[in-house]
Amino acid sequence: MSAVSDSLVIAQRNLIRMGRIPEMIIFGLIQPIMFVVLFTYVFGGSIQVGSSSSTQDYREFLMAGIFAQTVTFATAGAGAGIADDMHKGLIDRFRSLPMARGAVLTGRTMADLVQTTLTLVVLAVVALIVGWRTHENFAKVLAGFAVLLLLGYAFSWIGALIGLSVRTPEAATSGGLIWLFPLTFISNAFVDANQMPAFLRHIAEWNPFSATVQACRELFGNLPPGFKTPDAWPMQHPVWASLIWSVLIIAVFRTLAVRKYRSATA
Amino acid sequence: MPGAIYAEGLVKTFGDVRALDGVDLDVPEGTVLGLLGPNGAGKTTAVRCLTTLLRPDSGKAVVAGVDVLRQPDQVRRSIGLSGQFAAVDEYLTGRENLQMVGRLYQMPGRAAKARAAELLEQFHLADAADRPAKTYSGGMRRRLDLAAALVVSPPVMFMDEPTTGLDPRNRQQLWEVIKQLVSGGTTLLLTTQYLEEADHLAHEIAVVDHGRVIARGTSDQLKARTGGERVEVVVHERGHIATASQVLRGFGKGETTVEDHTRKLTVPVTGGAKLLAEVIRELDSRGIEIDDIGLRRPTLDDVFLSLTGHAAETEEQTGADGEGDAGPKDRRPKKETVK
Repeated sequence: MSAVSDSLVIAQRNLIRMGRIPEMIIFGLIQPIMFVVLFTYVFGGSIQVGSSSSTQDYREFLMAGIFAQTVTFATAGAGAGIADDMHKGLIDRFRSLPMARGAVLTGRTMADLVQTTLTLVVLAVVALIVGWRTHENFAKVLAGFAVLLLLGYAFSWIGALIGLSVRTPEAATSGGLIWLFPLTFISNAFVDANQMPAFLRHIAEWNPFSATVQACRELFGNLPPGFKTPDAWPMQHPVWASLIWSVLIIAVFRTLAVRKYRSATA
Repeated sequence: MPGAIYAEGLVKTFGDVRALDGVDLDVPEGTVLGLLGPNGAGKTTAVRCLTTLLRPDSGKAVVAGVDVLRQPDQVRRSIGLSGQFAAVDEYLTGRENLQMVGRLYQMPGRAAKARAAELLEQFHLADAADRPAKTYSGGMRRRLDLAAALVVSPPVMFMDEPTTGLDPRNRQQLWEVIKQLVSGGTTLLLTTQYLEEADHLAHEIAVVDHGRVIARGTSDQLKARTGGERVEVVVHERGHIATASQVLRGFGKGETTVEDHTRKLTVPVTGGAKLLAEVIRELDSRGIEIDDIGLRRPTLDDVFLSLTGHAAETEEQTGADGEGDAGPKDRRPKKETVK
């Protein structure tokens, strides 16, 4: 199938690029590592999760949040990469070739998935160094990472649409990042959402991002003692909720991005 | 039978700008059409419509015998596009770029590899084949871009301002490459702002302005339209311009044009060398010292000026920017009379 082989050719091209611009991967790591260190050591002792105020419990609680936030940054990478391709005329070149439609975007998001995986591996090592531990079997832990990667993949499709919609790579980077902060902060990522005022708590509980964080905490065995799982459906069934959200995001944004790609003009 | 590239009544508007205002083209197989016009004339838009990148609002286009609007995928198999931006991936090496394009034309890996090596050799890029393209000079990038467009030896090629921004030596080199290509039977549509380039490469020229073709013909036919030969005089002193102009008016068959800063006067004439001698004698008798005088055949620049009423190089345009080709809003389409 040319759709598959074209996507692989484009993915390979983007991976070669990433290898030649290692600073992009390094900068992508600095922010999450900083968050791990800052939250662990600065807030660690003062944030209560569940019924526990222990630094170790917060540390374990926190990591799923930071992992999940990190995978959503794939949005900015995909967006900037595609905007850059538009800007340089490469999208014109690709569109004039007898390629499968969508392959340019699929290839890009596949390459981003590889980058996200690498980032997560490094981040998990850093997390282990500062004291993060899992308390479930290996299969469940892997399932936790799979859920994270699917969310990252879904978000790179949002990035693809942003990249096709803006004029410059710089705009794609900031346009890809700016809304991620409210999204990831009004969630259960860094604090126990049970302690939020009611209206924020509802948003946090239904936030697609929270479902993935909650799913990871369950799969990693990182829920703190005395933690009361909220009654909202996505919090009660976080793995399902996370999968549904991710698939939904892919379905919607892939459709929109491919449509946009077909009429894209530099 | 329509040619390898055929367009009828192509219209494309961007907001209230009519970038294409009913373009008709017909390029017989194996020939080169030069689409000549200033920035903003609609050249790039025409190429984008013919190469399936842009959907025209109305009109018909057939490339390599296939309807562009109905079967764009089919058209993409038969065309090569080389743009003015040198669209290669700058972090990939020359070889990787060409292999990637080959794969995307659905060539098997080994064939793509062999073809890339062949093209690198042919375009004098073999030494730089394994360096990232961002280390290439402007001329090398253009050659790589052109090579990328030729990976499957498409029967129909489109080149959008292939030499814009190149120095004369690189331009000359690229011209040689293009000539070789055409001698192999490829049909080519080439856009350019350089009259010399169209003159040099194209069998037929279509002059485009404000989104429509305002004249077409061979370079000789177009030159003939502006009238025959002309006398060009450069006077030594600026103070003599007025008198010289008066003298030339007496001999001329049309309006005398004066370029103040170069002290150059031009007038269309008939009568050839004999008349030139008379002009020199007359100027001499009036005591006008001349730096240069000659009989010139019209250049395509003259053609352009006489067809459009403005010079080919329009300074207020936005430069080699793709958006410039949509045409700035202040350039209202106007009908030109062609004599």
